Amino acid sequence: MTTTLPAYDEVVARFEPVIGLETHVELGTNTKMFCGCPTDFGGEPNTRVCPVCLGLPGSLPVANKAAIEAIIRIGLALNCSIAEWCRFARKNYFYPDMPKNFQISQYDEPICVDGYLDVEVGGETVRIEIERVHLEEDTGKTLHVGGATGRIHGATESLVDYNRAGIPLVEIVTKPITGTGALAPDVAKAYVAELRDVIRTLGVSDVRMEEGSLRCDVNTSLNLPGAEWGTRTETKNVNSLRSVERAVRSEMLRQASVLDAGGRITQETRHFHEDTGDTTPGRSKETATDYRYFPEPDLVPIAPDPAWVAELKAALPELPRVHRRRLQQQWGLSDLDMQSVLNAGAVELIEATVAAGTTPAAARKWWLGELSRRANESGVELAEIGATPAQVAELQGLVDAGKLNDKMARTVLEGVVDGEGSPTEIMTNRGLEVVSDTGALTAAVDEAIAANPGIADKIRSGKVAAVGALVGAVMKTTRGQADAKTLRELILERLGVQG
Amino acid sequence: MAAISREEVAHLARLSRLAVTEEELDTFAGQLDVILQAVAQVGEVAAADIPPTSHSVPLTNIFREDVVTPCLTPEEALSGAPDAEDQRFRVPRILSEDVAS
Repeated sequence: MTTTLPAYDEVVARFEPVIGLETHVELGTNTKMFCGCPTDFGGEPNTRVCPVCLGLPGSLPVANKAAIEAIIRIGLALNCSIAEWCRFARKNYFYPDMPKNFQISQYDEPICVDGYLDVEVGGETVRIEIERVHLEEDTGKTLHVGGATGRIHGATESLVDYNRAGIPLVEIVTKPITGTGALAPDVAKAYVAELRDVIRTLGVSDVRMEEGSLRCDVNTSLNLPGAEWGTRTETKNVNSLRSVERAVRSEMLRQASVLDAGGRITQETRHFHEDTGDTTPGRSKETATDYRYFPEPDLVPIAPDPAWVAELKAALPELPRVHRRRLQQQWGLSDLDMQSVLNAGAVELIEATVAAGTTPAAARKWWLGELSRRANESGVELAEIGATPAQVAELQGLVDAGKLNDKMARTVLEGVVDGEGSPTEIMTNRGLEVVSDTGALTAAVDEAIAANPGIADKIRSGKVAAVGALVGAVMKTTRGQADAKTLRELILERLGVQG
Repeated sequence: MAAISREEVAHLARLSRLAVTEEELDTFAGQLDVILQAVAQVGEVAAADIPPTSHSVPLTNIFREDVVTPCLTPEEALSGAPDAEDQRFRVPRILSEDVAS
């Protein structure tokens, strides 16, 4: 494509974005939604299947109680009303990823409705309204063969593995999110991050985007100020938090360029490409979807006992937002500082480092400093950087014990990230320990004084600031392995000067 | 008036990937119409005081515990499949991307 995209600032000055997010979360139950097959990730093809999830004649589904409990807890954490009575529905479609030719889902009677999730973006709280949270079953995995590309176009056959078919899947749908302007991409990302944290706190899913246990579809449209909402597109295949933000931004730019050229937006599904950050068109929705939903006759309605729901509500854990506010207070951080901790994805890491015995200030320094820098450089999430909170705590312990100075600690931390071992191992292997042998240090100091008589005289005559030059000289001869503060005191002492 | 049109039958056939001839459309439209008329007769009996029924048994909350039960072996699972490859079901490609979720 040769079309030049307009500048983002210019687009948001002229258009108002409306976004909406549909998030799918695979629950971490032991068994599938409607049968007792295990749900573990991986496994040889078609080894976790039975007559129910293969849709064999005569088999009957029975709902997994743990999955019902999990979705009610999710609904409660998202401030939803829990339906007093609801049903499953059949969604009929012709595609081999479900062997039954339909998916059991929920249609006009979702189990949770009308909730919200507050997220923080740029120091402001944005309330994201939740339309519905419903339960369905995941599909099998299809592999397209016979074509060169592995994509469905050009393929002649599909090979299907039904291990994933029937795993409980929770779908969380927002209401259209308006009025966020230039922040729309950040709001989308912050929402998915917050949702992930909430669900992880509930312990009902491992919510790993890279393994597909949390998947996100992003709806985007643009309209002129005061005009009706524009036609929306749905971007699928958005598999990381960073991609959520990039997908909204790139779709806003693309739509603006189409509209500027006098074109119109087609209501369609688009696919996000991680490598280029672009979206390309998939199925057009205008010709499409007639799922002929009807109530699932093989499952009885769900009518959660209000006493049970109240019990689940009372037992909800402290949710991330409340938890963060408590930590912010404990750590003595300003809103802005807490926001940068949050943006860096460092809340849990710092918390765990503090729990391992480090002060909040020191833990924050490592995670937001060296480690964030390394994570940015290599384009990975901070949590995936390769250093653990326990290792950071160990490193700080060595600093506190006077065995490492700040510069050496940074070198050791680099080693930790590069997988060289624990901080203590790296310190020993690289011979990085601070020289604390006063005899050796005193000798080095005396040597430096003798070699720099002019500087020594200056210090003796009261220009204490000149001590830096001697500290530098000793550091050189000890290869940086002396503690600067101790060294400074020792030099002044040898010169008979009061610090 | 017919309860189902010829066009609606053609639409349903397309959704189900059934190849239906022009003649068959007339036949099936007629047959489905008879069935739907019969259902409509039952519908007339339903008054405002009779709630719609989706299940013949008045039960709710039938759940199973989250306990793993034995699976089929891959050989058993694939035994009824028309074709298989690499321990997977092998099917003709379906071009429509009408996938679920």
